Formats: sequence, structure tokens, C-alpha cells
Amino acid sequence: MEHHHHHDGDAGHVHAHPLQGDMADGPRRPSREELAHINGWGADLDRKNRPAILMERTPARFIHPHEGKLPQQPENVEILVSTERPGITPIFGTVQPPKGLSGMIRRLAFKWSENDMRRWLLLLAADRVNVVEGVGEDLVHGKVPNVLAEMGIKAEWEHNRAGLVKKAVLTGAVLGAAVYLMRRRPR
Amino acid sequence: MLAMNYRGPYRVRADYKPDPEIEHPGDAIVRVLRSCICGSDLHLYHGMVPDTRVGHTFGHEFVGEVVDVGRDVQTLKAGDRVLVPFNLFCGSCFFCQRELFGNCHNTNPEATAVGAIYGYSHTAGGYDGGQAEYVRVPMADVGPLPIPDDLHLDDAVLLTDAVPTGYQAAEMGDIQEGDTVVIFGAGPVGIFAAKSAWLMGAGRVIVVDEVEYRLEFVKRYAQCEVVNFREVNDMAEHIKKMTDWMGADVTIDCVGGDAAGSIAQTLTGRLMKMQAGASTVLHWAINCVRKGGNVSIVGVYGPTFNMVPMGNVLNKGLTIRANQASVKRHLPRLIEHIREGRLNPKEIITHRVPLEEVADAYHIFSSKLDNCIKTVLIPPSAREVQAVNATALH
Ligand SMILES: [Zn+2]
Ligand SMILES: [Zn+2]
Repeated sequence: MEHHHHHDGDAGHVHAHPLQGDMADGPRRPSREELAHINGWGADLDRKNRPAILMERTPARFIHPHEGKLPQQPENVEILVSTERPGITPIFGTVQPPKGLSGMIRRLAFKWSENDMRRWLLLLAADRVNVVEGVGEDLVHGKVPNVLAEMGIKAEWEHNRAGLVKKAVLTGAVLGAAVYLMRRRPR
Repeated sequence: MLAMNYRGPYRVRADYKPDPEIEHPGDAIVRVLRSCICGSDLHLYHGMVPDTRVGHTFGHEFVGEVVDVGRDVQTLKAGDRVLVPFNLFCGSCFFCQRELFGNCHNTNPEATAVGAIYGYSHTAGGYDGGQAEYVRVPMADVGPLPIPDDLHLDDAVLLTDAVPTGYQAAEMGDIQEGDTVVIFGAGPVGIFAAKSAWLMGAGRVIVVDEVEYRLEFVKRYAQCEVVNFREVNDMAEHIKKMTDWMGADVTIDCVGGDAAGSIAQTLTGRLMKMQAGASTVLHWAINCVRKGGNVSIVGVYGPTFNMVPMGNVLNKGLTIRANQASVKRHLPRLIEHIREGRLNPKEIITHRVPLEEVADAYHIFSSKLDNCIKTVLIPPSAREVQAVNATALH
């Protein structure tokens, strides 16, 4: 299917694209017979069977809402609260309250709204500081964290031995080179 | 009790911590019988979710047995077996009244933009999750569903997230009879989105991923076509070619910010954190769908921002729908599908691991070793019960 044409003032250039062709009514749709072998095909073709259409539906089905005002959970540990609401929610999680340096960074982060990039960057920074604190805490409790085990070295050995050996050889080479260079320098 | 314990990116272990307690009159304490590792746990595991604190216990997909209830709890009692939706919701706020259970306003003080989720950092409310022996389950009359006798525990645990999220992903695509549906991601959610697309009358279902064993699995399990994006020059061009140059009617993002497939996106989104995860799949979803088509998003992204081809959304006249699955509203219909044999969720479970080996389980799932699709963790206390009730328990 070759297509040549000339524009005025554009003599000498030959455009040779195939034609797009007439748009069909759309892509071919398989018939119901062709789809009959598919387990469950069309069981929810009827929208009445689809539970989330419409996205918002009142009153809510399938739940037993609490009657009256929700009781307030007592606040026994420090909870950081978003600035985008007036106070604390009636229910909240209480695990791992903020503490240490990471806690200070988290408190600072929560001074900004969820709309502000600084909040999230500070929280990510706090997370990294918290990892170091975690190692410190382990050591204080007389526990040297087995980092390789925590990273799943047993599974790596069982299911990706070649990759593990490669990583070990590479790490060994890098460490070896570093030791060699450090020893050489004083001379 | 024994619980999964986050120590830092790529570092988790099983460790002892105090048992959870009733902290609100609507709480229950649930003894976990099974919990799953989810693709979205990997965002936490990789250190991508802000305010993930050391010591946190992950796990938003679990089933268990009620052992204690607060004084306000009326519908549950000790001994009941429950399936706990991953969203933690009050049932009475503005959003819950509208069945937006994933967007509850009363359970997450740390953020307004996201509802509360078990074991999903303090950005999602600061609740420990179910990869443990016991969990605190607030609003026990509202969230948990008693498990019907004929429902297998392995099916029940997949109804806490993976199945309803895949189903809602397809539903938000507003699939019409005969539609071509392209699903990005062949993990559990992508697998159930593919199955659900058929239930809704799709004409073609195409699943895109890079992991060959997962593509093989979904092709057989969901009877669909597959594309390995590593073998494709350009995703939009490829999908256009496959669809008589029209594009798909519906595209679905079941991957989120951990996507591979674009060096620039991986650098800016995953390594440098200049955006809230790699938006590779959003980009593909927008550019592979036909004009006037629907884009559905259930892949998880961070709270900041992502770079997406917004001009194409406008110029192509696309409809984008997205949400955390509102799990509870789907459960009655999904249980019917399981009873009728149209869905068989437990078939995707490839690994059963004692909770003690949680570090290896995360590594296997994260690195896609040993043909892993879905991993179930079994706490030590649940193993004893299983041995005693082996027959009663299916
Ligand atoms: Zn999940
Ligand atoms: Zn609510």
C-alpha cells in the first residue's frame, strides 16, 4: 500500500507512509460463544451485581454501626495529629509512640500539613534515624542484630545461591581492594 | 507474643512484644490463625512509606479467633472466627455512612488523606498488624465478618484484601460487555482483577508484567493473554497494535510506586524519592487506554506527588477512578462467587511459612524467588490449634 503525494513548494520530497485506512467501528469484540469457556464469564455483567457501583451509597449496607456518639479512646501515649483536622480522632493506634531523636524530627514534621512536602521529607529522614536508634536499642539490650538473617540470607542461600555467591564475591573483592589501598597509603 | 518486627529497610525479624490490650470499648483482641504478606507490605519493607517506625508489626491481611471483647461489643464473642478487612473503620462517620469504608475519618489521627490500615505505618493510623499471634481490632462490631462454616480459612484470608481489591479495580473500570481490559501487574491483586474483569463481561483480558513465572501463572489461572514488558519496545504502541490500533477500553494499575520498567522513573521515584514512587504504570495506563476510556488505580503510591502525562488525560477525555478497596461492601458477593466456584482464591497461595521465619518469607516475596505468588504466615499458637481441630477445620 504505497501513497505518494506532492505539496506545493515541497517538490522533490516523496512521502511514502501507508494509509491509516478507514476507521472500523472499533476493535473486534469476541462473541459470547467465544467466551463461553471462561469460568464465571459475565456473572456480574448486570451492574446490580456489582457491589461498589455507585462509589458512594447511603445508607451503608453490611455493617452494624455504633448507636449514638462513638466513645473516645483515652490518650495514654503521645499521638501525633495531622494539622488538617481540629483534634484527635475517637479511635487511634498507640504502638511505637515517638521517642528519641527520630521522635523529635517526627514532632517537627507534624507541624506542617499533609499538603506540605517538608512534612513527608522530614518523616522519611526520621525513619532513617530511627533505624540507627533501633540498632542502638538492640545493643543496649545486649542483642547484636543479625542483619543478614533479618534480610533473609537463609532464603537467598536456598533459592538464589548463584546470586548470593556473586554478591559475596563482589563484596569480598571490594573489601579486599579497600583493605589493600588502606594498607598501601602510609608508605 | 511473637510478632513480625520491622528493623529498617529490607530488615525484619520475628520477635517478642507485649500482647495487645483492649484500649477502646469497641475493641476486640483476635488471635491470628493466618496472615498474608501483601505486595503493599513491600512498600513498607523497602522503606518507601513515610513514618514507618522501627518495631512496627506489619500485616493487614489476617483471619483469626476472637479471644476478648470490649464492653460495647455486641455482635462478637470469644471463640468467633472472623475475617478482618484491611481497612480499619468506624462505621458511622460521613464517609462510612456512604460505604467508603477505606476512607474512614475517625480511625487515623495522623493523616486525613488516607484511612486507617492495620500494620501500615503511622501514616495509616499507627496500628500494629496481623503478622503476629494477637491483634487489637477496633470497632469489632463493624469491621470483622464472622467466617461462614463453609468458607475455607485460606479463602477467607484472601478476602481481607487481595480479592476485593482486584474486584474493585475491575469494577472501577466500569467494564462493558466485550471490552478489552489491560491489567498492569501479575501479582495477587492483578490476578484477581483479571478474574473479575471476566465476571464483568470483558471480551479480552491482557495482563502485563516482567516476571515470567507470574505471567505463566495468571495466563493459566485467569485464562487471559499476557505481555512481558521486557520483550516490548514501547508499551503504548504494543497495546495499540494488539487492539486494532484503538487502545484498550479499560486499563488497571495493580502495581503502584514500586514499578520497574523505566530507568528515569526508577531513579526519580524509587531511589531519589523525588516523586511518590515510580509512576511508570500510571504513565502506561494513561497512554495505553483508548480515547474516552477508563483508568482504574489500586496500586499504592506515596502521599506526595507523581509525574503523570496529565495532558493526555485531558485530551483523550479519560475517566480515572481510584480508591483503597472498600472491602466490607464486596464480601457478600465475593463469598457467593467462591461458593459457586467462579472464584477459587486459595489456589494462588504458593508458600506457607511459620511466623518465626518471617525474614526469609519477606525476602522470598520481595525478590520473587521460588516462584512465589502469595505467602501465608502461620503463628506458632495457631499451629497447635490446627493440629487439634484438623478435621473440623476443613
Ligand atoms: Zn494487602
Ligand atoms: Zn468512619
